Amino acid sequence: MSYLHNIGRYFLMIKQMFRKPTKWSVLRHLIFKDIDDLIINSIGIVSFIAFFVGGVVTIQTALNMTNPLIPKTLVGFATRQSVVLEFAPTFISIIMAGKVGSFITSSIGTMRVTEQIDALEVMGINAVNYLVFPKFVALMLYPFLISIAIFLGIIGGMAACVFGGFASLDDYIAGIQLDFIPFHIAYAFIKTFVFAFLLATIPSYHGFYMTGGALEVGKASTTSFVWTSVAIILLNYILTQMLLS
Amino acid sequence: MIEVNNIHKSFGDNEILKGISTKFEKGKTNLVIGQSGSGKTVFLKTLLGLFTPDEGSIIYDGSDYSNLSTDEKSTLRSKMGMVFQGSALFDSMTIAENVKFPLRMFTKQSKSEMNDRVDIVLKRVNLDDAHNKLPSEASGGMQKRVAIARAIVNQPRYLFCDEPNSGLDPRTATVIDNLIQEITKEYDITTIINTHDMNSVMEIGEKIIFLKNGLKEWEGSNKNIFKTDNEAVTDFVYSSDLFKRVQKMYLDEDV
Repeated sequence: MSYLHNIGRYFLMIKQMFRKPTKWSVLRHLIFKDIDDLIINSIGIVSFIAFFVGGVVTIQTALNMTNPLIPKTLVGFATRQSVVLEFAPTFISIIMAGKVGSFITSSIGTMRVTEQIDALEVMGINAVNYLVFPKFVALMLYPFLISIAIFLGIIGGMAACVFGGFASLDDYIAGIQLDFIPFHIAYAFIKTFVFAFLLATIPSYHGFYMTGGALEVGKASTTSFVWTSVAIILLNYILTQMLLS
Repeated sequence: MIEVNNIHKSFGDNEILKGISTKFEKGKTNLVIGQSGSGKTVFLKTLLGLFTPDEGSIIYDGSDYSNLSTDEKSTLRSKMGMVFQGSALFDSMTIAENVKFPLRMFTKQSKSEMNDRVDIVLKRVNLDDAHNKLPSEASGGMQKRVAIARAIVNQPRYLFCDEPNSGLDPRTATVIDNLIQEITKEYDITTIINTHDMNSVMEIGEKIIFLKNGLKEWEGSNKNIFKTDNEAVTDFVYSSDLFKRVQKMYLDEDV
């Protein structure tokens, strides 16, 4: 029953997010601030993880291709497919559920605990629109982060491949161009937009409706990470089934 | 003026407000007192429109809140100022930005007009040199004064204060009490203060209602609270040694 209650309240919150908009002059500043907090401040960690995980994917692929009949170009091909289809959109989103999601839940949750949300509501402000909508808009730039992750994942793979001596640079570059299907990029970005929506709204929901004190803010952050990850994994399965099969 | 008629409010099976009726007059500091758990905060949040009463009506200067449209409710709320127990200042904004916030949200004033207004209200609460500080850099008393400045910047018709001097030393608490009373007179607004601080009751309690278990137990002023024979009120008022001595002083005066 509690799950149904929460799901219903989550959808009502989303509806509320688009109602009674905050004044544009105020909203504009909030959006820029959230772009800085959620997107710009994540570039470093996303780049670091993408580069090294791209390298690890390449090493693992190369080490498992023991048959000499398999062409070396497959190392680049497998890296590209892994990074574009799953690693960048899904794996990075799970990491972002931890980084950005817990930031959103704890910042909104702290506002709840310290009555700042009550202060907004008393003034007659639509607190959901004021707090959640700018995060939603900021995270519409999330594909920009995923583009960086795709690019650096493939570059990381190339570095690992060449410096590890698994294949030549020419083989790797030929591999990443092999059987390229443009729709796979579209698929990755469709998933990215859906995950961006989840990343903005699920942690906001857990922060906005939390009750209690400082300890509960920590608990709400953990719960929001769990549920955001669950939603990402489930929707990843559904979207993959719908778009690729 | 705010007129409250027989309001009831329950959470599940737990009835918190059991039919409270009273009037809060304009230009007066109206105090709601009572022990912890007596329903004061729920009562105040119901007056603010954060909770909807299950029964009864709240009339703000002739307008019944429950009959207002959503837009009218928003307009009415923009005419309410609230000082929260923990001040509820926005952490990410400076003191000046906190005070300017209601102006940015609800007025079409130019930047210079807004800055002038912020200067005036910060000066009014004796904080004319704290514009660029963050709330975390301000003391508890300063935060309360900023909260008062933010509450009055948009010239509200109603001012609500939830335990405005909790956590403050007696001297600062008196400064805050007096500031609220002065502002109430100066702006001619309806002020309602939730408190269990007897110093506030003595200082500024022009009208007092005493709540017990969700019911209005007593109504009066600071002039007659020490003379009432209502047992619940006397239990509350004379729960500290200091006020037992005050009671003795009153009794001695009578003799």
